[in-house]
Amino acid sequence: MSEPLISVDRITFAYPGAAKPVFQDFSFQLGPHDHLGLIGPNGSGKTTLLHLIMGLLRPQAGRIIIFGREVRTEPDFVPVRQQVGLLFQNADDQLFCPTVLEDVAFGPLNLGKTPAEAREIALTTLEQLGLAGFADRVTYKLSGGEKRLVSLATILAMQPKVLLLDEPTTGLDEATKHRLIHIMQDLPIPFVVVSHEPNFLHSTVRHCCHLHTDFCEIKPMRLEELLNERDCCSPGDSLKPVMVSTNVVGPAE
Amino acid sequence: MSGIAEPFSEGQSLAHRLDPRGKIVVAALFATIIAVAQSLAAVLGGLALAGLWLLLARLPARKVLGKLLAVNSFIIFLWLVLPFSYPGEPLFTLGPLTASRQGIWFTALITLKSNAIIIGLIALIATVPVVTLGQALHSLRLPNKLCHLLLFTYRYLYVFEEEYQRLLTAMKIRGFRPRTNLHTYRSYAYLAAMLLVRSSERAERVFQAMLCRGFRGVFYSLRTFSWQRQDGVFLAGSLLALGALVLAEWRLPRLV
Repeated sequence: MSEPLISVDRITFAYPGAAKPVFQDFSFQLGPHDHLGLIGPNGSGKTTLLHLIMGLLRPQAGRIIIFGREVRTEPDFVPVRQQVGLLFQNADDQLFCPTVLEDVAFGPLNLGKTPAEAREIALTTLEQLGLAGFADRVTYKLSGGEKRLVSLATILAMQPKVLLLDEPTTGLDEATKHRLIHIMQDLPIPFVVVSHEPNFLHSTVRHCCHLHTDFCEIKPMRLEELLNERDCCSPGDSLKPVMVSTNVVGPAE
Repeated sequence: MSGIAEPFSEGQSLAHRLDPRGKIVVAALFATIIAVAQSLAAVLGGLALAGLWLLLARLPARKVLGKLLAVNSFIIFLWLVLPFSYPGEPLFTLGPLTASRQGIWFTALITLKSNAIIIGLIALIATVPVVTLGQALHSLRLPNKLCHLLLFTYRYLYVFEEEYQRLLTAMKIRGFRPRTNLHTYRSYAYLAAMLLVRSSERAERVFQAMLCRGFRGVFYSLRTFSWQRQDGVFLAGSLLALGALVLAEWRLPRLV
């Protein structure tokens, strides 16, 4: 097996003041060809793991090795952040420039591109995501789905080697979800995606990583299994039959 | 939402097309000169100059009047207080109150000054979108932090407004109606505190997202400004006019 791109080695992490740690002696690896779903109940540390990899949080013990180099301090993480893209849960946290073009160009400019190059990269990325014509739109006036896709564009414009996506489908309608699935199926880079939606995971990843405090269990992606597995997926899925029954009542009203 | 809209920033007039850097410099000088001026000649001259800029901007008259009305509604309070409290030669009495000539003169001067400055700012600064304003200030070498503060305040004002509305709705749908009692005050205090906490947490997340995209404390701008001939003409003309105002202030006799 080839060298893992990201390797989390027996880390311990607890939030300040928390009764018990999120991770204890926890290990995780991402290989160069992995498309991995990350699942676990609410509060199991999915977002925390992504933030630990990006250096937004620091483990109290253990090692994190990215692209073969151990990362520990803030300067260590600067090159990591240039090559690993993280899509945040909330697009409003990610889009902070006034216009779409400026936001997408922000990353490339930070990487040292000239304004002309950054503009070119931004426009190309927007076009690849089917967002041509969005360049001059004002970010806070976009719809929820548009904000999500533009956020993804801001990450992809940095041409990352690995992508981390934190619940990319929350709040998206079916059409936008399908656009996202198509985009992810075409991604030439490895990625980790946190999601509570078995159907979405089924169309985007081949393996799922079930998160526990001290280990993660990687299983091949099987839709039926996930749909039946209560603790891993959202209560929303186990509630589905209930929703169907309300639909049955619906027309009678 | 309407409070932070930019009604004057769109347009194709000469004032809109001028380089924002020239307009900022002229507007800053103009506001300073008018603010410290004491002579009627300088202030009236300033008012005329501001009016001229406003003509160049070709803004909808109704909206401009609306803005001026809003500003002058504050000045009414000055008229209610200043003439009666400023010491000087008595002019007339209203019951126990005595208005002084100097007081009335002083209030009139303040009214003229405020209107001149507001009209000047509407014509020169309000015709620049906030975003461009931030970038222009940046290229005028204003400290990075101040430019970021302006841009971020503008960007997240909407988000906080939305957050505020969401919290308010959440209160309303549970039957909250503001009254004059402790419960109301406490609920509003919670609302304000919650808004503060959420804003601070959001700021944290925004900063993290920026770090993840390689932010290292410096903003790079896509925009480049280009100084045209008309900008030179505007700057030279305005500076001459401002010089004349200073001369009027300095040479002509004061009335107070």
